[in-house]
Amino acid sequence: MTTEAISSRLPTGAIDTSGPRGPRPKSVTIGRIGVYAFLILSALFFLLPLWVMVVTSLKTMPEIREGHLFNWPALLTFDPWLKAWDTACTGRDCNGLKPGFWNSVKITALSVPVSIVIAMINGYALSFWRYKGSELLFGILIFGAFVPYQVVIYPLIIGMRELGLFATLPGIVIVHTIFGMPILTLLYRNFFASLPIELFKAGRVDGAGFWGIFFRIMLPMSVPITIVAVILQTTGIWNDFLFGTVFAGRENMPMTVQLNNIVTTTTGIREYNVNMAATILTAAVPLVVYFISGKWFVRGIAAGAVKG
Amino acid sequence: MKSVVSVVALVAAALLGSTAVRAADVEVIHWWTSGGEQAAVSVFAREFDALGGDKWVDTAIAGGENARSATLQRILGGDPPGAAQFNPGRQYEELIAGGMLLDLTDLANKEGWANFIRPASISEACLVDGHWWCVPVNIHSWNWAWASVPAFEKAGVELPTSFDDFLEKAPKLKEAGIIPFAIGGESWQINGAFGVIQTGLLGLDKREKIIKDKDLELAKAEMPAVFEKFRQFKQFSDEGSANRNWNDTTNLVVTDQAALQIMGDWARGEFGVAGEKAGVDYACLALPLDKPTVSTGGDIFLFPKQSDAAVEAAQLKMASMMVNPQVQALFNNAKGSMPIRDDVDMSLADDCMKRGLEIIKDPANIAVDAGRWQSNDTTGQMNDLVAQFWADDSMTAAAAAEQYVTILQNAD
Amino acid sequence: MTQIAEPGERAAPGFAGTAAGRKPRTRRKFNIQSILGTTPMIATAIGVFVICIIFSIIWSFTSSKLFPNFNFVGLSQYERLWRTDRWIISVQNVFVYGVLSMIVGMVFGYLLAVFMDQRIRQEDLFRSIFLYPFAMSLVVTGLVWQWMFDPNLGIQSAVRQLGWTSFEFAPLVKQETALYGLVLGGLWNGVGVTMAIMLAGLRGVDAEIWKAAKVDGIPTWKTYLFIVLPMMKGAIATAFILSATGVVRVFDIVIAMTQGGPGVSTQMPAIYVIQHITDRANVGQGMAAATMMLVPVMVIISLQYLFQWNAKRKAART
Repeated sequence: MTTEAISSRLPTGAIDTSGPRGPRPKSVTIGRIGVYAFLILSALFFLLPLWVMVVTSLKTMPEIREGHLFNWPALLTFDPWLKAWDTACTGRDCNGLKPGFWNSVKITALSVPVSIVIAMINGYALSFWRYKGSELLFGILIFGAFVPYQVVIYPLIIGMRELGLFATLPGIVIVHTIFGMPILTLLYRNFFASLPIELFKAGRVDGAGFWGIFFRIMLPMSVPITIVAVILQTTGIWNDFLFGTVFAGRENMPMTVQLNNIVTTTTGIREYNVNMAATILTAAVPLVVYFISGKWFVRGIAAGAVKG
Repeated sequence: MKSVVSVVALVAAALLGSTAVRAADVEVIHWWTSGGEQAAVSVFAREFDALGGDKWVDTAIAGGENARSATLQRILGGDPPGAAQFNPGRQYEELIAGGMLLDLTDLANKEGWANFIRPASISEACLVDGHWWCVPVNIHSWNWAWASVPAFEKAGVELPTSFDDFLEKAPKLKEAGIIPFAIGGESWQINGAFGVIQTGLLGLDKREKIIKDKDLELAKAEMPAVFEKFRQFKQFSDEGSANRNWNDTTNLVVTDQAALQIMGDWARGEFGVAGEKAGVDYACLALPLDKPTVSTGGDIFLFPKQSDAAVEAAQLKMASMMVNPQVQALFNNAKGSMPIRDDVDMSLADDCMKRGLEIIKDPANIAVDAGRWQSNDTTGQMNDLVAQFWADDSMTAAAAAEQYVTILQNAD
Repeated sequence: MTQIAEPGERAAPGFAGTAAGRKPRTRRKFNIQSILGTTPMIATAIGVFVICIIFSIIWSFTSSKLFPNFNFVGLSQYERLWRTDRWIISVQNVFVYGVLSMIVGMVFGYLLAVFMDQRIRQEDLFRSIFLYPFAMSLVVTGLVWQWMFDPNLGIQSAVRQLGWTSFEFAPLVKQETALYGLVLGGLWNGVGVTMAIMLAGLRGVDAEIWKAAKVDGIPTWKTYLFIVLPMMKGAIATAFILSATGVVRVFDIVIAMTQGGPGVSTQMPAIYVIQHITDRANVGQGMAAATMMLVPVMVIISLQYLFQWNAKRKAART
């Protein structure tokens, strides 16, 4: 293998993973029109539900009952947003979504870094420091990615009880780490596997061991894939409802529990405008993360997750 | 004000030198999250806090399934809540058998719960082998139909006098551009209506023989006709029923687009909110029409065992508070449900509820909730079957009845 | 040397690893630091997944009700399971849902990626639009699409109000079409990520390939389909695993959109499992269903290992 080949496999910089590869457009041709028509139609398909959510959240209930799902509100109101954030009742407390917001921030801010660091070390070890049985462990992890969560809940509750971590913040962080591990480890393993072995060998020649190579060489190189991991984990943990209700404990109930209390009712009355406002507010954090980091998301995946 | 009360209570306890325990927080898990429900649960919380130093700590989790699961998982995890809402029935029988609940027998005997809680079948949900394990707080009946008076007028027919009478009039309603039978396609709505029709066709005795005593021969003989009748009702429902919420469905009756909906007594609130008058704009028909009954659904609270004596004392105070006649009046007026005792001031209640309160007085009118006799597992299988039968016109009534019998046969 | 000449370097796809290409980096030497570093992984794999799966299997042979117990009842939970219409419908549904949403998702995702790759304007904007639904939880996705499909509120009534009064588009209302409504909702949520992965895969293909294809006069579409696509095994495998885990666990979106209805026509295995171990208080039955769900996954992963082992053996012989 030549140095050229090595450099061409470097994830950052060497391959220009940011630019399009298709043929350069010459002028406005039928093909170009077709490309844009396809993209714009697809974009409409993706945007329509968001449009419905936004306009519904700005309508009054009588107007919603009339139908006209897609119309701009005849009578614009921001009350549903205020209500969803500030005064909607989630049981006895009528403080809207706002208390849960900070709990979700707390859970996400702790769980994301912990789960990512652990998965990073896993991926690194599975790529460069395999030991007997390490691949089998990885296979089991991937298998775990297919197990319905609820199946695992009973043994996990008992385990957490024995450790004294049931219904605590560390408890919920551990649970998120466990269930994020399969996919994250897969990402990091594929990423590190795509790095040239020479990097690793150079580190060994310098006398660095497991941790030395990890901290000095691998950690700095893994920024692009880490962005992907952060995006995936933030979304997953922020949107989690099941583990939050069971493992977080009463003081740490995440925002999704309150969203569910506002949105779900069997024999109560539904306020669709408040529901939609609450829904958008709850999704706001992951949405912002996506809109800001969408570009790096593709670059990050290009840097490793798609290679063997 | 509250703090004054609690200070007084503490001082009093200290002066008396009794074994009075310190104040405790009691966490309560429930699924009452919508407007009226929230007002009702606030009655409990306010009254409990006003008793003294103990505090109601509210954990609302929407959806009965979610809330019950959370309670069970918290008990398993060694972090049980102080109190938890369930439906009366067999949902918590393993908690009793496993010794996970606080025994309320002493309190109940002292206060004489068995004497004033009516109908008897409501107590039976909590009174197992001579021990009280939970507190019934209200009664909700499924056995109601809500009719739009203008819709029937528009079609030029009188309000129905029986199920068959309704089915005879239904084509006329349809001709007049009205949806004769309003129903939402969610499984619980379909099954609720099925249960009511089943009660109507079988009568209370046969119903009990089939559901409680699992009389297979009787079920084989009677159930095909029930399914057959249910299919007839379906012919008069509208296309848009799939996934429709119950209150959107009720709204069809409120706005006179639909003629009749079978739905529990909580539907009354929808008419009230819309400013409709009973007897003029809408009619509440107690079912079955020829011999009205009340079904005994509703809610109970149970109290998981705690290691802390202070919490246990507070749990008992809460249980006592919940059956208190004044609290019962405030709570049930807010909730729109019937109280679990007769000596309660319900003068604020509307005409429909007053009718219900009349019916419930006679024990012969009580249709015991099926959940009292069947496990959730069995009920669930029957719900699946009924929902499938409703949606799938190719399934014959005979085939459905056969499956019903099989489920009954294997029921635990 | 370019990568065209070294297929072995890139051919190693997928999750359970690789054949010849990765051989030099495998260090079978016992390394205490590596084991220490992966303690959390060992604990999770053994302590959570293996133990949970073993217990699930054991409990599936018991009469466990609300809480797990050890009263063994042989195969009766499985007999009941396969006698139940709803379970059989669920299995058929997850198969149809999985095949449809994965194939359509892959094709649509790849198409979007290819079109995005045409040096278009506003690439950032388009990418964000395609990706954002993934930030919404599946519950929210289900709620929104349930609205869109509502015959009296949604697309159907909107089009009818425009004047086309016989227009019909309400898939969730009918048993025959409800499942396809679910597929559409699921695609809306997940296609963006497939697109991103595919786009990343496209961008990872060496520029030399394009030049070579140009020189040979191969049309662009043929290059995308027959030359570039086969080189993206890694991207395809990643996208495949991500969507496959979603398919096997499909739950939230169904509850939010149809609750398994009309009737039981959109029931899924995960719903069956979850309802039985929670509200229906029949842990034994739920665990039997869970065990059945894990069987195909187990078979696929074992096959993967078998191939890998076989490849290694061959590699060792040569």
